[in-house]
Amino acid sequence: MLLYDKDNKREFKKKLFFSIVFAIVAFTIILSRLWYLQILQGKKFKSLSENNRIRIVKIPAPRGIIFDRKGKALVDNYPSFDLSIIPEDVNDLESTIKKLSDLLNVTADLFKAKLKESRGNPPFKPIKVKTNLDYREVAILETNKLDLPGVTIEIAPKRLYIFDKLAAHLIGYTGKISESQLKTRVSDGYSMVDLIGKYGIEHDYETVLRGSNGGAQVEVDAVGRKVRVLRELEPTPGENIFLTIELDIQKLAEKALADMIGTVIVMDPNTGDILALASSPSFNPNMFSLGISSKEWECLVSNPNNPLANKAIQGQYPPGSVYKIITAIAGLEEKVITPETVFYCDGSYRFGRRAYRCWQRKGHGRVNLHRALVESCDVYFYQVGQRLGVDRIAYYSSLFGLGKPTGISRTNEKHGLIPTSLWKLEALKSPWQESETLSMAIGQGFVLVTPLQILNLISSMANGGILYRPQIVKKITSPGGDIIKEFFPEKMKKIPVSDNSINLIKDALWGVVNERLGTGWRARIEGADVAGKTGTAQVVGLPKDSSNEYVPFEHRDHAWFSAFAPKDKSKVAIVVLLEHGGHGGNKAAQIARDILKGSLKILNDDNSSF
Amino acid sequence: MKFDRRLVSNFDWFLLLITIIIATIGIFNIYSATFAGKEPGGMPIYLKQVCWIVVGIFVMFLSFCVDYRLLERFAYPLFTVAVLLLILVIPFGKSVSGSRRWLELGGFSLQPSEFFKIAIIFILSKYFSKYPGYSLGAIRGLFIPFLMLALPVVLVLLQPDLGTALIIILIFLSLLLFNGIKMKNILIMSSVFLAGLPLFWHYLKSYQKMRILTFVNPDLDPLGSGYHIIQSKIAIGSGAFWGKGFLKGTQSQLLFLPEQHTDFVFSVFAEEWGFLGSLMVVSLYLLVVLWGFRIASHSREGFCAFLTFGIVSMFFWQIFINIGMSLGIIPVVGVPLPLMSYGGSSTISFLLGIGILINISTRRFLF
Repeated sequence: MLLYDKDNKREFKKKLFFSIVFAIVAFTIILSRLWYLQILQGKKFKSLSENNRIRIVKIPAPRGIIFDRKGKALVDNYPSFDLSIIPEDVNDLESTIKKLSDLLNVTADLFKAKLKESRGNPPFKPIKVKTNLDYREVAILETNKLDLPGVTIEIAPKRLYIFDKLAAHLIGYTGKISESQLKTRVSDGYSMVDLIGKYGIEHDYETVLRGSNGGAQVEVDAVGRKVRVLRELEPTPGENIFLTIELDIQKLAEKALADMIGTVIVMDPNTGDILALASSPSFNPNMFSLGISSKEWECLVSNPNNPLANKAIQGQYPPGSVYKIITAIAGLEEKVITPETVFYCDGSYRFGRRAYRCWQRKGHGRVNLHRALVESCDVYFYQVGQRLGVDRIAYYSSLFGLGKPTGISRTNEKHGLIPTSLWKLEALKSPWQESETLSMAIGQGFVLVTPLQILNLISSMANGGILYRPQIVKKITSPGGDIIKEFFPEKMKKIPVSDNSINLIKDALWGVVNERLGTGWRARIEGADVAGKTGTAQVVGLPKDSSNEYVPFEHRDHAWFSAFAPKDKSKVAIVVLLEHGGHGGNKAAQIARDILKGSLKILNDDNSSF
Repeated sequence: MKFDRRLVSNFDWFLLLITIIIATIGIFNIYSATFAGKEPGGMPIYLKQVCWIVVGIFVMFLSFCVDYRLLERFAYPLFTVAVLLLILVIPFGKSVSGSRRWLELGGFSLQPSEFFKIAIIFILSKYFSKYPGYSLGAIRGLFIPFLMLALPVVLVLLQPDLGTALIIILIFLSLLLFNGIKMKNILIMSSVFLAGLPLFWHYLKSYQKMRILTFVNPDLDPLGSGYHIIQSKIAIGSGAFWGKGFLKGTQSQLLFLPEQHTDFVFSVFAEEWGFLGSLMVVSLYLLVVLWGFRIASHSREGFCAFLTFGIVSMFFWQIFINIGMSLGIIPVVGVPLPLMSYGGSSTISFLLGIGILINISTRRFLF
């Protein structure tokens, strides 16, 4: 379009004229507003700015409380008295710091370091220099308040882990928000002084537990004391979480594990609810909420037994003989054996140029499936494994959820590893050797599992072939107690395995504990019909005839015991793993027995009380 | 290319002069706004702004050198590239405090949405200069231009950057009205708008909803934008007639103001230079706008008239919304004040806009 056209040109000029009028009107609005603010109201605003004493005071929201399944508090908040300095209101920083350090008997360097950290903050922003003052300190500061302008005591809720180390890996801890976290979460309203869940439930359910901070616009006087509150926003407390944990069973588990290295998990096989989860060594989450010193942190991180790792879901171990359950089911389902199939064990099995030993040096003689499981005969399972081949064993493993995360936690759960011939070709660039199938059949070699995966396996035996997702949260309630979300048992699948096979295995597992030559006899409880399986996972190949007492600790085998009780209509399932705990039938079975016994009693008492 | 002496004698020195005055004021003001909260190390922000202005003037010169009759050819490629950049931001953008607006390019951050403003002015100018409004039905008159607008605006809202999206829509509406529009089409448009409003509200981030609600009722968010509006008003009002003087604004030097060197940069200036200074800056801006309209009125070619009008409307809306926000007469939306707010991409695209204006203004005598 060229603008030579006369009509067009006139139209165009008209529109430009309107635009000019519009712009002038808009600028006039701006100028009149400026006139109003700067000339008419100028005096008022000037005095407001001269002693701009309008401050934002944050009122932190109390974090949600964490309860056990029956409503006993595990994590709560308590008020902490924190000492803050508002640089702008302080007359003489040097002398104020000196006074404070004299009064509280703390070196002045500590305060100076805190102030240095917060350099670049606006001068009216309080800087927290000491947390968790005791009552004596609060009293001293209050009496000297007039000599200390710009020094304030604020009350903030602090996190209290009531039972210290109890279930620390599950509950997790909170800590000061890190700079990288702050960067990504600033739009969610986090600020530098906020605490944030860093691990466990505290981390996974951060948004639920956090609540929202309140605050107030406060007018203060020349020395920073509150004159009046202009506007206030009440904080909203976080929502409460009820865990599936049963406090008394958890206590039992922690006690039984004591100072050993390993993990115990207890589950309700009919729902997937985790009743207890202990991992050892552990840590005290209270250290983090009070601000952990770098020395303490160093100590935790450098400990070779890794107290911060949750061994129940992050530890990956060879399953040892517990894995024979899989080999047995695969054999039955694939019809490479029947319950009556008999193999002869003379203490070793010759394959290729090597003899594969049975743990029982003198041999088991003629064994069928039941005896092979009860006495954990390796030679029997070498041959079942050989008939199956690696990929069929792997298929049945994956049916039971081995080799993949159970989905219990949103972070950090390890996969484990179930090898297949394809996997080996891709990962190690070499073809699968049949001899490796032999190791796999008895849960050695490449196979790795997490204790929770084994618990899932044993639970599905207990409940007749259903795989539940392990759950740790039962419900979320509002601060007032109304249910916001309830978690129901989540059936991941009915495992496509015949009832007949499962019942055969269950009978054998009962035999492991209750028959004469059963490897798990130490877990026997009169009248409780415990069924389970021992496992001993090799860490390094040990020379013949070496008994554990003479082997260095870190070379000793890992001990497994996994069980459920009673055999029919099971109420509870358990897995115990002790790192370097030797034979699974010893210490691990004893621990499982103690916890099972206690748990059954607690659960029975509950039922009778209703 | 033969050099034409008339390029010098007809050069629009006036517009260049005003631009340089505003940019200089801007640099001093950014110096003051960042004086207190300075982070140790690195290049000071005001110096960075100087660099951006130097780069911007170079870009401005480049845009001046191209014969304006050739500019039309750039419309489609420019638009395509700008939309592609906006798409790239979604997966590859650098995230700063919850929004993804920047592309990281070898140490520099580019904000594609700033350049997109220029691109959409180009393409709409080209389209509208072909199809004058009064003759057009709903398809040609509304639907096709609307398609050019919709995708980019959605992309910008995804970042999310409400302020820039708003400016793009306002530029679009200004050009649409300038092209002329049938009454029937206005009705269609407003009903679509009203129908889409609840949906739009639904997709706003909660902090954006809060800002709009807070504007209506500042008591709703006394700790966030409610507080910002109050502090900004105190800053501007306390400047009174003469102002508190350079580097002497208590509100800004004590960091009471949020986003001092970007969104609330005008409050810093008004506090330190008072009504007198504010009047001067506002008048300079008004001069740019009116001078722009003058250039448009002298254009002999549709495309150039639209292009000029579009660039002027971009300036106008950014100035009005930014200052209006500081003064508390418009909700808090992040929109940079031309040549006063710190920012590489926005500074360069404003100077590019000025370059095009000077180009058109200078060359209209040549042909």
